[in-house]
Amino acid sequence: MFNIFQYGFIQNAFIAGSIVAVVAALLGYFLIVRGLTFAGHALSNVGFAGAAGAVLAGIQPVYGLVIFTVAGSVIISILGKRIRERDVAVGVVMTFALGLGILFLSLYHGFAESAYSILFGSILGISQSDVIVTALFSLIIILGFGYLARPLMFSSFDPEAAEARGVPVRTLDIIFLILVALAISVSMQIVGVLIVFALLVGPAATANRLTPRPARAMGLAIVLGLIYIWLGIILAANTVFPVSFFVAALSFVVYLPVRLLSSHWWGRGFRGENVHA
Amino acid sequence: MQDSIILENVGVRFGELSILNDVNLSIHAGEFIVVLGPNGAGKTTLLKLLLGLIHPSAGKIQILGRTPRRGNQAIGYVPQHRVIEPETPLRARDLVGFGLDGHRWGIGLPSRARTEMIDRALEEVDALSLAESPVGLLSGGEQQRLMIAQALLTDPKILLLDEPLANLDLAHQQEVVGLISRICRTRGVTTLLVSHDINPLLQATDRVLFLARGHAAIGAPSEVINNETLSRLYGLPVEVARVADRFFVLGAEL
Amino acid sequence: MSMLDLLRQGFVQNAFLAGTIIAVISGIVGYFVILRGQAFATETLSHVGFAGAAGAALIGINSLIGMIFLTVLTAIGMGTLGQRVKGRDIEVGMVLSFMLGLGVLFLSLYTQNATRAVNLLFGSILSVTREDVMLTLGSSVVVLIVLIILFRPLLFASLDPVAAEARGVPVQTLSILFLFVLALTVSQAVEVVGALLVFALLIVPAASAERFAIKPFSVLILSVVISLFSTWSGLLLSLVGHQPASFYIVAFTSLFYIISRLAPRFRIPGRYRELPHPSREV
Repeated sequence: MFNIFQYGFIQNAFIAGSIVAVVAALLGYFLIVRGLTFAGHALSNVGFAGAAGAVLAGIQPVYGLVIFTVAGSVIISILGKRIRERDVAVGVVMTFALGLGILFLSLYHGFAESAYSILFGSILGISQSDVIVTALFSLIIILGFGYLARPLMFSSFDPEAAEARGVPVRTLDIIFLILVALAISVSMQIVGVLIVFALLVGPAATANRLTPRPARAMGLAIVLGLIYIWLGIILAANTVFPVSFFVAALSFVVYLPVRLLSSHWWGRGFRGENVHA
Repeated sequence: MQDSIILENVGVRFGELSILNDVNLSIHAGEFIVVLGPNGAGKTTLLKLLLGLIHPSAGKIQILGRTPRRGNQAIGYVPQHRVIEPETPLRARDLVGFGLDGHRWGIGLPSRARTEMIDRALEEVDALSLAESPVGLLSGGEQQRLMIAQALLTDPKILLLDEPLANLDLAHQQEVVGLISRICRTRGVTTLLVSHDINPLLQATDRVLFLARGHAAIGAPSEVINNETLSRLYGLPVEVARVADRFFVLGAEL
Repeated sequence: MSMLDLLRQGFVQNAFLAGTIIAVISGIVGYFVILRGQAFATETLSHVGFAGAAGAALIGINSLIGMIFLTVLTAIGMGTLGQRVKGRDIEVGMVLSFMLGLGVLFLSLYTQNATRAVNLLFGSILSVTREDVMLTLGSSVVVLIVLIILFRPLLFASLDPVAAEARGVPVQTLSILFLFVLALTVSQAVEVVGALLVFALLIVPAASAERFAIKPFSVLILSVVISLFSTWSGLLLSLVGHQPASFYIVAFTSLFYIISRLAPRFRIPGRYRELPHPSREV
């Protein structure tokens, strides 16, 4: 089972996957506390258009992804502030990008196969240079994130007070989503655009249910993310199924019991909204 | 005078949390009652009891001679105000119309009688000119009046209003109080109004129902809002100051 | 082949029949989705549809049946969780990604056939069979009947659940029933535009329509018109231009949405003035 590590591409997938899992878990935590899970999902779908466009233009998919997801994150943060309106606006951007992606691909020759690997990822093709690109982008994300950590935290939990303190809440919104866009771009090659979401939100959602302390939750999310991706790659290398399936299934299978049981051990204080009848 | 609401030894518990405890009161037909009390004292719970949305864990409740039940047409209810999204695709007229037939199955065809009834209710709350406006674009006070019109459409005998004055400025508070008191007097409808502040309502109210720590006291404003009664209810020393015909409660959260 | 010859082809007729039926009910159901703020739940149900269709392919039954089965099951699950579903994006999102993973699994078990996956995700309206059309018609009739019966209380409960409940409207039951209707509609929409693009047909027309009109019936009719126009034009263009129909449909509905966002917000002419306060003393 472990002799798979003799293959170069598996080693590459492991390194890239680990980096991606760490970055995704960190950003996922903030996606959840900021109520932007749908935006995260939409951005990864926007990435499909980018990757498809890159395939058509004959460049590396990751560059197409970066261009499209960054543009998408700017558009999404500019559109509607209100939740209800935002969901729809975000959804329109998302579906339009998906439509564009399918147009790009239909203009290209290897239509279905390229679509499949963009959507669901493929660890077979990960080269040394992909690993380097992933590492570079992740470094940018981590640095940007470290610089923004405190105001990001403040404005996530109390936007009005943060604004009063001079935190540029709107600008922070845009920058945060751009970081998410970059993370999605580098994750896509391994898990595919459709299931990047599982890697972003899955670990953090579970961690959030297990501890109310932000630092612990982030740490726990990273650990969970790493476990999911490692197990996913090992299982995928030994079966015919893509990594994305295992990552999605693992994060759901862990999340479900935690979600169902946590309401018991959190007690009343946590679910405050139900108490006042 | 006939009693329209009677509570006998009523208690409500959620698990270990006791919201109301041995509450006894009777409210006469056509009375205007202001329900006061700190957050979590059970004001909204009381309204939900009367609406039949929750059941008492102890005691007996009678409304117009019957036990509370869901969908009682004899009760008009104006819930706590929520923000209506500006984009909500609905006219004021549609919102008010829910009061008439929002609970009936089927599409419901427009009819002249229906339009006239809605117009009359809108007129009663001085909102006829708003009938065709998108609800989301109206001000808080205007939306509040629409909700009152909605509650009036079934010609109720009892009107329950949950914090209708919250988020309104003084002028609009006066406007809404005047409107509710006029409806109460002309229609002879029993009115229970939940509020955080008695002062804007002093002229209009008959009696005050004060809830604190699950206990209740009812009576004329000066009978209830005084040092002894409030200290007994809160279980700690409370002082009431009366300045220029306004009540101020010191030493306790209201 | 001329356009007319093309329109005589069976597969083209099937596509138009199915497209028309689905556009109409999507336009109607979308109105309620917008009103209830369930855009994300819709998106999730469409991904559930993908898993259902892939599972159906695996065991060799009609994909529409597979989709309906799994989406209805999920809808009932989400409905019993109650109002909590609405605000809780995380739960909905977790189900969404799990269902995508499940779909991929089914497809890999079925065959390593990428074309199949792409058809499910992006629609294959031109391969709709007469049997599909009949199934679509049947479930659309169910959807329409249920909606006609629920219309008023659903509108009430969507807009003001607290007052509706006090009035005796079974808010929780309605929410489950609506999700059931939504599940049926989503399953059919997947047939036309694919699991990933359901949003375009189900939500975008209604979201655009609500900016142009204010009476519930006007919004509904406008929403149906927009989705019909987009579907028909998309189908025609795809026959002429050989690009996927779903791309054109998405492009059209997005265009309508952009126009609706740029157009000034609808006002009733003459009657409505900026925040009129009745000056009457009370």
